[in-house]
Amino acid sequence: MRITGAEALIKSLEMEGVDVLFGYPGGVVLPIYDALFDCKTIRHVLVRHEQCAGHAADAYARATGKVGVCLVTSGPGATNLVTGLANAWMDSTPMVAITGQVATNVLGTDAFQEADITGITLPITKHSYLVKDVSQLPTIIREAFQLAKSGRPGPVLIDMPVDMSKAEIDFKYPEDLTIPGYKPTYKGHAKQIKEAAKLLAGAHKPIIYAGGGITHSEAWDELRKLAETVQIPVTTTLMGKGVFPDDHDLSLRMLGMHGTRYANYAIMDSDVILAIGVRFDDRVTGKVSTFAPHATIIHVDIDPAEISKNVRVDVPIVGDAKTVLKDLVTAVQKIEQPHGDKTKWHELIARWKEAYPLHYHQNGVIRPEYVVDTINKVTKGRETIITTGVGQNQMWAAQFYSANTPRGFITSGGLGTMGFGLPAAVGAQVGKPDSVVIDIDGDGSIQMVSQELATVAANKLPIIIAILNNRFLGMVRQWQELFYDHRYSSVDLDVGTPDFVKLAEAYGIKGVRVEKIEDVEPTLKEAIEARKPILIDFMVAREENVYPMVAPGASIDEMLGGIPGASLSQMIDEEVEKRETHPVSTRSK
Amino acid sequence: MKHILSVLVQNKPGVLARVSGLFSRRGFNIDSLAVGPTENPEVSRMTIVVDADDVKLEQITKQLYKLVNILKISDLDPRDSVERELVLIKVNAPPNIRGEVLETANIFRANIVDVSKSTLTIEITGTATKIQALEDLLRPYGIKELVRTGKIALARGKLAEA
Repeated sequence: MRITGAEALIKSLEMEGVDVLFGYPGGVVLPIYDALFDCKTIRHVLVRHEQCAGHAADAYARATGKVGVCLVTSGPGATNLVTGLANAWMDSTPMVAITGQVATNVLGTDAFQEADITGITLPITKHSYLVKDVSQLPTIIREAFQLAKSGRPGPVLIDMPVDMSKAEIDFKYPEDLTIPGYKPTYKGHAKQIKEAAKLLAGAHKPIIYAGGGITHSEAWDELRKLAETVQIPVTTTLMGKGVFPDDHDLSLRMLGMHGTRYANYAIMDSDVILAIGVRFDDRVTGKVSTFAPHATIIHVDIDPAEISKNVRVDVPIVGDAKTVLKDLVTAVQKIEQPHGDKTKWHELIARWKEAYPLHYHQNGVIRPEYVVDTINKVTKGRETIITTGVGQNQMWAAQFYSANTPRGFITSGGLGTMGFGLPAAVGAQVGKPDSVVIDIDGDGSIQMVSQELATVAANKLPIIIAILNNRFLGMVRQWQELFYDHRYSSVDLDVGTPDFVKLAEAYGIKGVRVEKIEDVEPTLKEAIEARKPILIDFMVAREENVYPMVAPGASIDEMLGGIPGASLSQMIDEEVEKRETHPVSTRSK
Repeated sequence: MKHILSVLVQNKPGVLARVSGLFSRRGFNIDSLAVGPTENPEVSRMTIVVDADDVKLEQITKQLYKLVNILKISDLDPRDSVERELVLIKVNAPPNIRGEVLETANIFRANIVDVSKSTLTIEITGTATKIQALEDLLRPYGIKELVRTGKIALARGKLAEA
């Protein structure tokens, strides 16, 4: 069958089971958009900025577990996508990005709308292709999808010159595929797994530190089984939110810079850490040299390069989280000698949980934490997906929203991309049309992508956009308050921030402003029932801070705030006292 | 410590950029890098000399393996491998000292590959120490230009077959 490259591209996507493309047309992708015009199986969602095609595809992948696909034109279209690719790269999202490119005969001549996008994106893609022989296209697409979703997932870029789209080929989609030099390890080393099982069973103060890798390998059931079998408390990273229910008795919720006090105390005090699907990010470890000084560390990851990259690991296991956890459960059950006594550990953790719960004081103006708390309350029992901006809004969402199901909390973890929330909500809602999708956003973050309100309106996506509006770039302001002597440099958005209600209305979306505490809950309830796009502008306390907080460069058990009833100065005094009475020994890397 | 990494890669466009980009963005230093085709036209061999401790070398190797086009990496042990480098040295050699320069080159079994009125261009292959010695001896005459290929190496026969 002779068809054009553009038609072959669409056919190949169909063969891969793609049903949604997030994209934006332009000169050199005209042939592809023309082929798409006749395609009945693939829905094209037109975004209003290419960056958001990337974020939407990214969130679509995270919400559904399928590969997210985006399509943009050459030059500025491709460079606008760079942030979308970087975000997917840092959070290991399976994504295939197709960029148009100028014709091969003018490649390298600075032709109109030419950008060397494979060159630009080398450090932020798992792999990339520049199509120079159209007959190779089906194989390239087959490979791209395989690479994107297998091993440690990541974004793969296909750069498609316009003459390749127009050229004709005999289309045949390859069935078999071998990628020489690419063989991810799925099965963990049996001896190491046995050793890990022995350590966990024998431990007196074990902890599981789980992250985004659990989501990618869909290992949440196995994780829960292991935790419950051995009675090990579980803390999750920001990327891991939802892989273990936040409301579970064994849950310590999130750890790290804005993690709970009890999670941070527990990991620092633990004797065995099972780190799985995580990468010891600096926002988790704090000061690396003092991290978990007494612990034997077992690290399970599918990417060998993550093992012993930041923190020295005692029992490395390269493998897929699901496969390894299954084997670990079996290995643990086979252990005959009595397990280490963990009752004291659970008692200690219970005391920490009681002494240092996440909390806030709702008085006077609406506290942002109260909004998230209420979202948590009104979505209980409903299939919900939360997306977030980046900054304080994101941290409050992570702290006060209890993610109890996997794929239910979608946030920009590694790159920390302000503006991720709204396009992510678009991608999540397109992928999960029946879920309640709530974008918990900041007034700063949403202004980076507010044009996507058009995408929401045009596609009638029943997204709830909840802006925690403090008219500040709140997280930067918080750092300036704490570490730069209250010198608020370029963070006040009070003048210039649009009236978000009117902005929503300008796009044909309902907008509501909430200024009274008693209106928070009814407005949210109504929004959830309505199943229509809505923007809610919550006017919250301007200078609320996110606590607890680990100061940059500090050990993660040295936290500011987060002690109920204590003023900040008291808390700092207590920290100092605690540090002096329990000096932390240094961990050698 | 210096390590010689012998890296087999797919002979595809952009592979060199992927490898060199990886080294620079992760802060690994390359002492030298030589690349060329192998007996298989679809495969090229890169010989990369790096100065790294064991922890860093492990990261370099693991990160390199993550590049899809990388097929195999061997850390060559200098005791079990042969290494060579080729250097061209254009040295001042006016008639009054030409004889001396020629004699020095001969001692090292170096070849003269170009002659002009005032210069000789000498080709030498060998180990780093041998090349360094010749360079040191020629320097007083005035080295006008110098180019080196970077080290290339192969594991010795017995090891390669094992």
